[in-house]
Amino acid sequence: MPSPMTPGIAAARLPADALAENFGDLHAPYAPHEAAVAADRCYFCHDAPCVTACPTDIDIPLFIRQISTGTPEAAAKTIFDQNILGGMCARVCPTEDLCEQACVRELAEGKPVEIGRLQRHATDALMAKQRHPYDRAPETGKKIAVVGAGPAGLACAHRLAMHGHDVTIYDAEGKPGGLNEFGIAAYKSTDDFAAREVDWLLGIGGIEIKTGMRLGAELTMESLTHCFDAVFLGVGLGGVNALRSDGEDKDGVRDAVDFIKDLRQASDLASLPVGRDVVVIGGGMTAVDAAVQSKLLGAQNVTIAYRRGRDAMSASEYEQDLAASKGVRLLFNAQPVAIHGNGAVREIELEYTTDDGSGLKGTGETIRLAADQVFKAIGQTLTTDGGLELEGRKIAVTAAGRTSLSGVWAGGDCASGGDDLTVTAVAEGRDAAMDIHATLMGSN
Amino acid sequence: MADLTTNFLGIKSPNPFWLASAPPTDKEYNVRRAFEAGWGGVVWKTLGSEGPPVVNVNGPRYGAIYGADRRLLGLNNIELITDRPLEVNLEEITRVKADYPDRAMIVSIMVPCEEQAWKDILPRVAATGADGIELNFGCPHGMSERGMGAAVGQVPEYIEMVTRWCKQYYDKPVIVKLTPNITDVRKPAAAAMRGGADAVSLINTINSITSVNLDTMSPEPSIDGKGSHGGYCGPAVKPIAMSMVSEIARNPETHGLPISGIGGVTTWRDAAEFISLGCGNVQVCTAAMTYGFKIVQEMISGLSQWMDEKGYTSVEEVVGRAVPNVTDWQYLNLNYVAKAKINQDDCIKCGRCYAACEDTSHQAIAMSEDRTFTVIDEECVACNLCVDVCPVENCITMEAMEPGQVDPRTGKVVEKEYANWTTHPNNPGAVAAE
Repeated sequence: MPSPMTPGIAAARLPADALAENFGDLHAPYAPHEAAVAADRCYFCHDAPCVTACPTDIDIPLFIRQISTGTPEAAAKTIFDQNILGGMCARVCPTEDLCEQACVRELAEGKPVEIGRLQRHATDALMAKQRHPYDRAPETGKKIAVVGAGPAGLACAHRLAMHGHDVTIYDAEGKPGGLNEFGIAAYKSTDDFAAREVDWLLGIGGIEIKTGMRLGAELTMESLTHCFDAVFLGVGLGGVNALRSDGEDKDGVRDAVDFIKDLRQASDLASLPVGRDVVVIGGGMTAVDAAVQSKLLGAQNVTIAYRRGRDAMSASEYEQDLAASKGVRLLFNAQPVAIHGNGAVREIELEYTTDDGSGLKGTGETIRLAADQVFKAIGQTLTTDGGLELEGRKIAVTAAGRTSLSGVWAGGDCASGGDDLTVTAVAEGRDAAMDIHATLMGSN
Repeated sequence: MADLTTNFLGIKSPNPFWLASAPPTDKEYNVRRAFEAGWGGVVWKTLGSEGPPVVNVNGPRYGAIYGADRRLLGLNNIELITDRPLEVNLEEITRVKADYPDRAMIVSIMVPCEEQAWKDILPRVAATGADGIELNFGCPHGMSERGMGAAVGQVPEYIEMVTRWCKQYYDKPVIVKLTPNITDVRKPAAAAMRGGADAVSLINTINSITSVNLDTMSPEPSIDGKGSHGGYCGPAVKPIAMSMVSEIARNPETHGLPISGIGGVTTWRDAAEFISLGCGNVQVCTAAMTYGFKIVQEMISGLSQWMDEKGYTSVEEVVGRAVPNVTDWQYLNLNYVAKAKINQDDCIKCGRCYAACEDTSHQAIAMSEDRTFTVIDEECVACNLCVDVCPVENCITMEAMEPGQVDPRTGKVVEKEYANWTTHPNNPGAVAAE
């Protein structure tokens, strides 16, 4: 029987019950009384700072008041009016950096109203009724293509369908959901929530999803713009940055996003192999998700190596603490220089770094960490620009997601601006939909 | 530690905290537990006449309203007087009083408005050795439909008549418990005094429906789909009770009449407030029913600490201290001018003061881009709403203006002299200041 101590890469390091517990809901849903107590803490602020901090401008005090008066379904409607993926955002939003950071009770006592969990309470209540809460406007006869069935594309498609347009969503993967389905830590989206949410969202009607369709392969911009009245690109960032270190091609070196994807799609967590000594390179949410899940699968030693200091880490303090609490070691100011091993990785060599204000530099001093598995999580890149103008390494967009090509909008991670968050993608998809609607209906 | 011993109508108790006549004092078992927990006295659950006892409903007797976290703020009840045989109650009272001679034992009584009924029961109560009686002229539900309880308390002549009988046939103190379900509480209090009452106790419970079940359209508590008004009590009624107490305390006709204060007393502070408004002691029910008898320990320690801090050595020194400051609106000083002040260090920027003032008051709070809230003195009438809605205690304060300063709202100099409505030029009935 394998155990956390088993050398190399092995599956089933932990018994099934331990795995089930490890990958259970990170934040269990509130019991009704817990929700009432949590809701009672909201001060119903005027022009509330939490709303300002929410990329989708959800009327948070209103929805919390609706919970406190025993109408969580009405609360959910308040949320979905602004953010149709409010269920997923309740689970994955870095609320500690957004609404809960702005909460006046955070300022007052260091304990914000638990907005994320309350949002989940409300959205779960409505979705449990298996009823889609919106009706479509009369059909307009307009056809719109949405490329990418991730948060941006789904939010865009839903808003367009609601206004009576016919939407076709194309996605390169075999099923919709984008990063919600493939890229979020499993303990944040339990019980197949991403897929259930997509099904529920499609309840609006007027949306057709075609999978296995990749822009630049099965799809071209020419055909899309020819066949549809408007096109929205929400293709995300399909590529992964390379380490550019010696030995990167050795066995056991993988993209963190692939590992997370395998994990999310696994029907049996015990079938997933993971190293005894895992090193994750990077400082974002993907790095934390990969590291924590490695630990939860039973890896003995897991280290996140980040080339800059803690303050520069894009994973929130909450995520850093989560990783530490699960036993992940956080190593700062260390960048990979070489991966050693005969065929398969055995060690990773890291160089300490320093930044005196003129940019990050290696100090020349290196350390070696045992590693039978290395995950690269140093950022993703755009793989398909569709011939559109770029800004930096993303598709250039102006307000409401207009690209350089008339009739083509873009949003989410593939588009310039935004924070590469689910919630920002939803906001951009929604706003682009409103602009598309206004443009097609001639009110712009 | 301050001595909390009180002497109310000559009845001594180790502290001024008595349990009111109510479900907690219906039985020997409960009362013994109460005394063991430290209560200074009890008013035994109301006794009725000899004969088959009353019956209670066999469904819910209580309804509640809640604050945050289901904190009970108000309770109502439709329970009647004791439903146990008179003889059993009398025997138990006798035993408990004998075992706890240092505690006050008062017996609440409610019998029909017939002299014979009172003549019959009073000697039997006297035989228990209890320290006094309380006449239940207050219960607003059930018994009032039979011409007792609040039905008596609403007719001053009946109060006077029955009180007189009691003084005639009973030689220990007689306390008259008043109902708040009247328009002017001074009238029944004066009637009790005329009848010879040694004290009044108030308030009994207030007619109430705590909620309506919106599925069944029945008031709560619901008995088989129907509800009846109950008697409301608990923290929510305290302001009403204190106002009524103060009216009796400052009414020249009843001034000096001992008062036992009842209505939402939950903490030592509530008790101190009632006492300051003229009560010689307080009676508690809902707080005990919510938290158990142990709460008296906080009441004792809190009142002692506060009295020590203030230098009071007996409860008597506190009785009525706030009464001279209760006055009529027409005598309030109209030359007193205050302005709200927001302490920016304490402000958590919730903006509730702004919303309250902007939407419902005087538009006297400014809000900046960075959510700094400041008072506009030119508009502020010192209404206190911002203080009341602010979630941070003492973040917003009312600061009095000094005489000689100019009130930016009115452009007038703040006068040093007191002046009230009776002499105000806008008052058509104003009399010239002497």
